[in-house]
Amino acid sequence: MTAPLVDSRIVVDRGAFRLDIHLRIDPGEVVALLGPNGAGKTTALRALAGLVPLTDGHIRLRDRELDDARARRWVPPEHRPIGVVFQDYLLFPHLTALENVAFGPRSHGTARKEARVVAAAWLDRVGLGDHARRKPRQLSGGQAQRVALARALAVEPELLLLDEPLAALDARTRLDTRAELHRHLAAHPGATLLVTHDPLDALVLADRLVILEGGRVVQEGDAAQITAQPRTDYVARLVGLNLYRGRAAGGGVEVAGGLTLTTTDAVDGDVFVAFSPIAVAVHLDQPTGSPRNTWPATITAVQRHGDNLRLQLDGPIAAAADVTPAAAAQLELVPGRRVWAAVKATETRAYPADA
Amino acid sequence: MTRTDAAGAPRFRRRVGRTPAVLVVPAIIALAFLVLPLAGLLVRAPWATLPQRLTDPQVLTALRLSLETSTLATLLCLLLGVPLAWLLARVEFPGRRIVRALVTVPLVLPPVVGGLALLLVFGRRGLVGEWLDQAFGLTFAFTTKGVVLAEAFVAMPFLVIAVEGALRGADTRFEEAAATLGAGRWTTFRRVTLPLVAPGIAAGAVLCWARALGEFGATITFAGNFPGKTQTMPLAVYLTLEQDLDGAIVLSLILLLVSVVILAALRDRWITAP
Repeated sequence: MTAPLVDSRIVVDRGAFRLDIHLRIDPGEVVALLGPNGAGKTTALRALAGLVPLTDGHIRLRDRELDDARARRWVPPEHRPIGVVFQDYLLFPHLTALENVAFGPRSHGTARKEARVVAAAWLDRVGLGDHARRKPRQLSGGQAQRVALARALAVEPELLLLDEPLAALDARTRLDTRAELHRHLAAHPGATLLVTHDPLDALVLADRLVILEGGRVVQEGDAAQITAQPRTDYVARLVGLNLYRGRAAGGGVEVAGGLTLTTTDAVDGDVFVAFSPIAVAVHLDQPTGSPRNTWPATITAVQRHGDNLRLQLDGPIAAAADVTPAAAAQLELVPGRRVWAAVKATETRAYPADA
Repeated sequence: MTRTDAAGAPRFRRRVGRTPAVLVVPAIIALAFLVLPLAGLLVRAPWATLPQRLTDPQVLTALRLSLETSTLATLLCLLLGVPLAWLLARVEFPGRRIVRALVTVPLVLPPVVGGLALLLVFGRRGLVGEWLDQAFGLTFAFTTKGVVLAEAFVAMPFLVIAVEGALRGADTRFEEAAATLGAGRWTTFRRVTLPLVAPGIAAGAVLCWARALGEFGATITFAGNFPGKTQTMPLAVYLTLEQDLDGAIVLSLILLLVSVVILAALRDRWITAP
């Protein structure tokens, strides 16, 4: 295992809220910090950039201590080899695109003329060479995002921080910009930390996901691990799975509401059980035969979900079930209707809760 | 930052039918009270002899002195006042509220008292003045430099308050962005903060200049009334009034004209009601 580029424990108190996370980023790695609003993602990013002081913990980049709350050590933002693309870009409104990008090299002591050459090259790389003389207000959202990226990269930071880089863009622009961002991040020799609440951004752009909830890391891993074995309701919703916590004993897992789910995975003790909404079958009468998990439920909501309809079911456990529109019409599946839900044991996955 | 907001333009016409007389009548009286004296100046002006009076060397001398001293005072205020405003807006330090209160004292202090205070400190025998006189041969009291000092003392709060307001209104995240790009606080101030609050600084500077131009009490107390040296326009108006009413009116008209020109220049660009 290589030595991490960033090794940190970030503790920041904000009134009643406390952010407390360990964060490691390897050289060249793209890590996504994913979480709901208010989870502390942006605070973590600002702490890394040196814009928010640590209450406790430390931030080490290579072998340089950027922050050490106990030793009262703090390197100001301008002396950290860290670039930031802010959520609303914060391009300097009084400077042209070129001057915005040249700002970093200039501040690092590059001569004016040379800095402009560097900046022009970066604008070319993001495909905005012919927009060099435009002021930020004359740029579209996607163009402003690319200028902001060029500006952050022009100082060749060892760590690039992106705060919701695509959140301010409309859906169409986001698609193109996401693909382009992916290309630039791959070309960036340093590491990248991406803060986002959009799981798609995280899955497409990042090598590794760190999921933050309520100021804590609740799960981390690559996309495959996270999508296969979510560990919180938030993550389960992100990846579109039904998730329950329970106690496993003898092939069954006792979950909330006194219900026991049968699984085929051999597990013991505290476990999670997950299954896809597609695996949930909906019947009007209690199904019999075959090793199925069944429980009575009430439909609380019906939404479109791709080509299917997604039913929200209430009962001993809350669950989402996907059915075809044809089935929904045939069975008259409308909110308020009482049904039976069924999931095959082979369709469920169970895994230890304390891993 | 002061912004021009098109949507914020007054739209009283729509509601005029419901405007109560109890407010309209005093409002009209107030307007008349503010405008009539100025109209009086115009009515009583000796228009026939105006060209000859305007070219009177004494008038021209006083006008030039006023313009020079108020401009120098404004420059002094900019040089010292902008950093003070920055300090008040951006740096947390103990006693900041007290400092802010102190800055505004010259706003409410009778200018004569300010002049006396300046005399005690910067006078030839004053606390600082004596030392400045001996060490550098610098004398302020009863000199043109004293006029500049008196005007700056009275006018600086206008600038500081305007610039501090602009700084507080400016988005500090631009400064954070500059820091992440490697800019130290001075570079950030020079290349980001200053351009962003430039309109606020300009507005403050014009207010400051106008206040300096009209300064009377502190100037006559601290710098005296020597034609060509410390006799600025307001002093000349007051002194001329004792012998020559028409002369005083002409001088006043010039000051009125300058004020109106300033207001007209400012109105659209900076002074717009929020």
